[in-house]
Amino acid sequence: MVALLGENGAGKTTLMNILFGHYVADDGTVEAFGTELPPGDPRAALDAGIGMVHQHFTLADNMTVLENIALGTEPLFAPRFRREAARQKIRKLSADFGLEVHPDSLVSALTVGERQRVEILKALYRDARILILDEPTAVLTPLETDALFSTLRKLVAEGLSIIFISHKLNEVMAISDRVVVLRAGKVAGERRTAETDRKALAALMVGQDLVPPPVPPVVTGPALLIMENVSTPRRGTGTPLSGVTLSLHSGEITGVAGVSGNGQAALAGLLSGLETPQSGSMAVQGHAPDNWSPVAALEAGIARIPEDRHAVGAIADMSVMENVISERYRTPRFSKHGFMDWKAARNFAEEIIRDYDVKCPGPDARIRLLSGGNMQKLILGRALDPEPVIILANQPTRGLDVGAIAYVHGRLLEARARGAAVLLISEDLDEILTLADRTVVISGGRLSVPSARGERTVRELGELMAGHAEAAA
Amino acid sequence: MRLEPKPAPSLATTLLFPVGAVAVTVLVASLLVLAAGANPLSVFGLVLKGAAGSQFALMETLTRATPLIFTGLAVAVAFRAKLWNIGAEAQLYAGAILTVVLGTGALPLPAIVLLPLIAIFAALAGAMLLLGPAVLKVRFGVDEVVTTLLLNFVMILFVSMLLEGVLKDPTGLGWPQSQKLIAEARLPRIVTGRRLHYGFVLALVSALAVWIVMKKTTLGYEMRAVGHNPEAARFSGMPVNRILLKTALISGGLAALGGFSEVAGLKGNLTLDLSPGFGYSGIVVAMLAMLNPLGVVVAAIFVAGIFVGADAMSRTAGVPSYIANVMVATALLTMVTAIMLMRFRVRWR
Repeated sequence: MVALLGENGAGKTTLMNILFGHYVADDGTVEAFGTELPPGDPRAALDAGIGMVHQHFTLADNMTVLENIALGTEPLFAPRFRREAARQKIRKLSADFGLEVHPDSLVSALTVGERQRVEILKALYRDARILILDEPTAVLTPLETDALFSTLRKLVAEGLSIIFISHKLNEVMAISDRVVVLRAGKVAGERRTAETDRKALAALMVGQDLVPPPVPPVVTGPALLIMENVSTPRRGTGTPLSGVTLSLHSGEITGVAGVSGNGQAALAGLLSGLETPQSGSMAVQGHAPDNWSPVAALEAGIARIPEDRHAVGAIADMSVMENVISERYRTPRFSKHGFMDWKAARNFAEEIIRDYDVKCPGPDARIRLLSGGNMQKLILGRALDPEPVIILANQPTRGLDVGAIAYVHGRLLEARARGAAVLLISEDLDEILTLADRTVVISGGRLSVPSARGERTVRELGELMAGHAEAAA
Repeated sequence: MRLEPKPAPSLATTLLFPVGAVAVTVLVASLLVLAAGANPLSVFGLVLKGAAGSQFALMETLTRATPLIFTGLAVAVAFRAKLWNIGAEAQLYAGAILTVVLGTGALPLPAIVLLPLIAIFAALAGAMLLLGPAVLKVRFGVDEVVTTLLLNFVMILFVSMLLEGVLKDPTGLGWPQSQKLIAEARLPRIVTGRRLHYGFVLALVSALAVWIVMKKTTLGYEMRAVGHNPEAARFSGMPVNRILLKTALISGGLAALGGFSEVAGLKGNLTLDLSPGFGYSGIVVAMLAMLNPLGVVVAAIFVAGIFVGADAMSRTAGVPSYIANVMVATALLTMVTAIMLMRFRVRWR
């Protein structure tokens, strides 16, 4: 079992996509079992016995487990689909490796953990000898993670090779035999797991000793945003908030930790103005807003840094200039009598590019051409320029390189120093431990009792994230 | 085969790609002309001569281009906001109906008052017609491609019903046609003795107005933002649904002005063959123009030229004038391909 370790954006997924044939390498070759694989051909990789479980599952929701697994293995023009044979094979694989899932249930009815099992079964069904797992634990609770690990151990015992991609040191230490560390697209080092420790691997990953940003103590001010017993309506497969009570104070960063899909999206949507409370009350700077919307949130002084900067944060095919004004284009500064003042917009864009150190050809460049870090700096500039009193930062550093992460953290701490209330939603526990003055854990749409910096151990936080209610303190 | 996004194209490539698309179209048409047993060079020469070889030919082409400019603009505006209005044909007829209803003597007003009044009401009729599908889209997620497309057929049957019923010309010897417009409701000719009328000027002014709206106004910015990424637009606080409804009103109104211009400027009454598919050709025009309102004028004249030129050519060369339909259809396909090639680079392995 080889672990592929690296920061977000270190190139782990890219490397595996090349191996699996999703991407074509500019240079170099891939060899499996002594034969070279043709580049850019997932079919050849499959035939060679390579199976991949993607971070985002590739299952058809409206089909059964059996159909999903057999999909692509049956000849297109076969008169009959031999269901029974396929069912037997799946049953056997399930039993052998502890991958419990019913072959005839619809994928849409499965939990995340079960869907992952289907993905693994899909690879085994095709007789994979090499199994690639891309961040398999990102979506799992600790309990499900344990089950996954025992399955993986069984597979290795059967003679399979597994590539386990992760950026979590403890998991890598727990399960792998050998660790390859990637940093900025290069192999930074290779170690036998038994002969190394977490600290050494962390140093390899980051390239330098981790220096957490200095977090000066600040005096916590009054509550700027208060949520009292707020619930949100259920939307699609997302977890809604149920009975959330939280207050954000001036000069304080409140961290929300949790496994993804536990209501973070609803919480962020609520503060963004995209979601309205179904019950409970919300007050921003002492006023209960009556018509809650993105515009109302902006007018109440809430800056929003969205989770998905490509799909939500930016309009990829529009220019830098058109993107930086998107939240304030209606103000007299940019729009008079129904006509845009493009000159003012251009000046503002140049200001943001300068002040936030955005590397781009200029205000007219399509934003799609910017790197993730520069795009995030631009979004940061757009959100923070009017010096907002409340900041919602949802996964603000996901996928960024180390330098950009430090930059984003610096800006958030700066805002905190001048008295802003920051809500930091992150799946990266280290980020929360570093930045948050107060931490709450979100699980199943409910919030835990907050804890001050250093009050709970990582273990305790982890248990809360897994949904274990805290013993009454 | 894979597609990779390309950086924004320069002005030169932006112009080069449509030209390339037209060249491929001509090439494909040449093969058909050869199959018909004629010499492509002389056939295209005749098409060109028929479209622009004389003052008369040129004016015919511009006359034919006028409704295409309106429908082209209607499609361009809607497509910019990713509102897929395939119903310009129906909206054009809605404008034509209003023109006949108000222009056959119901309102005894001088031309200077009557014409603008009719134009406004015609535009409103088209706007209302597209508002329905747009509301269904934003409220219930009903696909507007289906609703607008099907409304075209509903509208043709509705016009047919009117022409056999309340709008039927009692002196029309039984033909399904409406009464003639009164003189005050007619758009004057630009040159006496030629068919080109002031509807063409109205079309040019509309194109300029749409260009200004898209480029300079807040609404234009909103429409483009919603077209590119509605989710990000909503997050930014843009009233996405309201913007889509406004887009629908503008788009429907423009197509309906085409109907007004055809009836008041050219035909003088309403018949079932008022539009030989101007609404659909408007889609080709808008795509050829890459949704640029000023480009729509050029593209409309080009498409009109093919139709007018092919008519003239078929009379002398013996190649059926259907070649024009083939060319316009081919132009749409090559243009859509060209637009894709402009945005993406194709990598063969």
